[in-house]
Amino acid sequence: MAEYMAQGKSPEVLFWVGCAGSFDDRAKKITKAFAKLLNNAKVDFAVLGTEESCTGDPAKRAGNEFLFQMQAMMNIEVLNGYGIKKIVTTCPHCFNTLKNEYPELGGDYQVMHHTQFLKSLLNEGRLKVEGGKFKGKRITFHDPCYLGRANNEYEAPRELLQKLEVELVEMKRCKSRGLCCGAGGAQMFKEPEKGDKDINIERTEEAMETQPEIIAAGCPFCNTMMSDGVKGKHKEDSIEVMDVAEMIANATEL
Amino acid sequence: MQYIPNIIFLIVLVVGIGYFTKNIRRIIRNIKLGQEVDVKGDKKERWGNVMRIALGQSKMVVRPIAGIMHIIVYVGFIIINIEVLEIIIDGLFGTHRIFASLGVIYDYLIASFEILAFLVIVAVVVFWFRRNINKLRRFMSPEMKGWPRNDGNIILYFEVVLMVLFLTMNGADHVLQHMGSDYYTEAGMFPISIHLYPLLESLSEETLILIERTAWWLHIIGILVFLNYLYFSKHLHIILAFPNVYFGNLTAKGKFRNLESVTKEVKLMMDPSADPYASPPEGEEAPAKFGASDVMDLNRIQLLNAYTCTECGRCTSECPANQTGKKLSPRKIMMDTRDRLQEVALNVEKHGEFQPDGKQLLDDYITREELWACTTCNACVEACPVSIDPLSIIMDMRQYLVMEQSAAPNELNVTMTNIENNAAPWPFNQMDRANWIKD
Repeated sequence: MAEYMAQGKSPEVLFWVGCAGSFDDRAKKITKAFAKLLNNAKVDFAVLGTEESCTGDPAKRAGNEFLFQMQAMMNIEVLNGYGIKKIVTTCPHCFNTLKNEYPELGGDYQVMHHTQFLKSLLNEGRLKVEGGKFKGKRITFHDPCYLGRANNEYEAPRELLQKLEVELVEMKRCKSRGLCCGAGGAQMFKEPEKGDKDINIERTEEAMETQPEIIAAGCPFCNTMMSDGVKGKHKEDSIEVMDVAEMIANATEL
Repeated sequence: MQYIPNIIFLIVLVVGIGYFTKNIRRIIRNIKLGQEVDVKGDKKERWGNVMRIALGQSKMVVRPIAGIMHIIVYVGFIIINIEVLEIIIDGLFGTHRIFASLGVIYDYLIASFEILAFLVIVAVVVFWFRRNINKLRRFMSPEMKGWPRNDGNIILYFEVVLMVLFLTMNGADHVLQHMGSDYYTEAGMFPISIHLYPLLESLSEETLILIERTAWWLHIIGILVFLNYLYFSKHLHIILAFPNVYFGNLTAKGKFRNLESVTKEVKLMMDPSADPYASPPEGEEAPAKFGASDVMDLNRIQLLNAYTCTECGRCTSECPANQTGKKLSPRKIMMDTRDRLQEVALNVEKHGEFQPDGKQLLDDYITREELWACTTCNACVEACPVSIDPLSIIMDMRQYLVMEQSAAPNELNVTMTNIENNAAPWPFNQMDRANWIKD
């Protein structure tokens, strides 16, 4: 982003990578896949790079409003400094926080989840989505809470999957009644409370009931939780967990 | 002498409605023990929600069996109240079936009341089976032991008894009409109570009048008792669902409340021209407590939520933590909040103002283990048919734990330290953020 600024240009959109997308080895693949799609669609995008910082979502959900607002104010300073208008992110948690919780603190942007952004590229004819190797594969989509219930977006990822010509099978609990993967509310960063079962196992079992070849996700944390679940069930050889963006990028072998 | 029944009726009515009014005032006072809340958003949208969600029961039918049964009881309740109006007028003025002059319309009204009364009995029996024989999981949770379970059944018994009395009254009335008993003018159509005809027709006129009058009196007294039972039970939702839905959240569920007291502090901290040694300006209030440890720290909408909850348990049955055996149950959060609020209210009544009683909502009612099990997934909020938000209470209590007590689970303390130090929940260097580009 700093380079754009130096050249006096501004990008079409800022790609907010997020902590998982920057540091987690699995999530980095999603980041790269999405970046490839953006390049392929000739989207003029920038990243903040080393100037990006946690949105504060886990801090806020853990109850640390102070830390959240510190993070938010710093990020807003950076974003407003660059005159950012439009943000796209591959993480529904960043998406929700930037979209819903930054405006009251002075950060007003048009924020899109990457599935929404890809859908708009598709509609504008800038992105081609073809089935390729996913054609006819049995796939179930796990709704991320912070995209679905939190922001009422259930259709964008499904429309993209339909375009991949997959056989989309819904889990028993889907869309507004979708079951959480267990990572939200800062649970990702702690051990779960005592219980009979881990939430990701419960959700993975439900996904497995649909006999999928791939569990599609739209969130790096859901991805981790579901991948762990599949591994826990020793099914990693027959069931893949993939982000919708990865599937689109892989379909056309980008 | 002939006015004695009218006078007794008036006394019963005044006592019944008077005591109920008193308790409603108590509820309002108790809710006002909470923090004031700025209700934002479009009034039109709020009324739209009341029409759709509360009056229209739109979220009840997400579960079709319970939803349809509930709509029957609900419609029955509302429609049969027209009959109660007639009973009150008759009781006060010594008339009988005052609306009979409506003619055919009256016939259809009475007929529809009867059919609804019958359907209500059917629905209530189904509800009873679901609670006591089928033992639906959501009615068997630990928080439903004892009073909450009895409360649920008592309400069902009340409804059956009231409907049976109503039909008995009509049945006897109908026979008396046929006998040509004076006072019992021919009026109404009785598609259900007609089936009582064979049972009743052999009885003498006096016995029939006795049955009709007894059922009539018990019916209206029963309604007044039930009205006053509401305050002591979970059943207040029949009234509070409407204001509760009105005040329900209008923004995206993912948007959690912004704590303005914190914003002030953070802005001050980030202001390079702020004087670090400045003493707070005189007359300024001490900063508010962060988060909630007791009911007085919650806001009024959250307390209204607690009174509105009818313990249906849809929230708990959708909660991922609860489904996997954790202690958290969103319904219990609401029940605990209400129970503690009642306790605080009694304390206030006794002492004039709240005297510390060595207890609070946190720990004495809601444990930390419950609070930390929440994934903030909003399933409970989505599931509630009357727009209750258990998640906001969980969040407020987490804020208290973290910001007032620094009592987060250790792993979360590490996470938060990471965010503070290197701007990510994991211990990676911020300078490595763009490494994926080179990989």
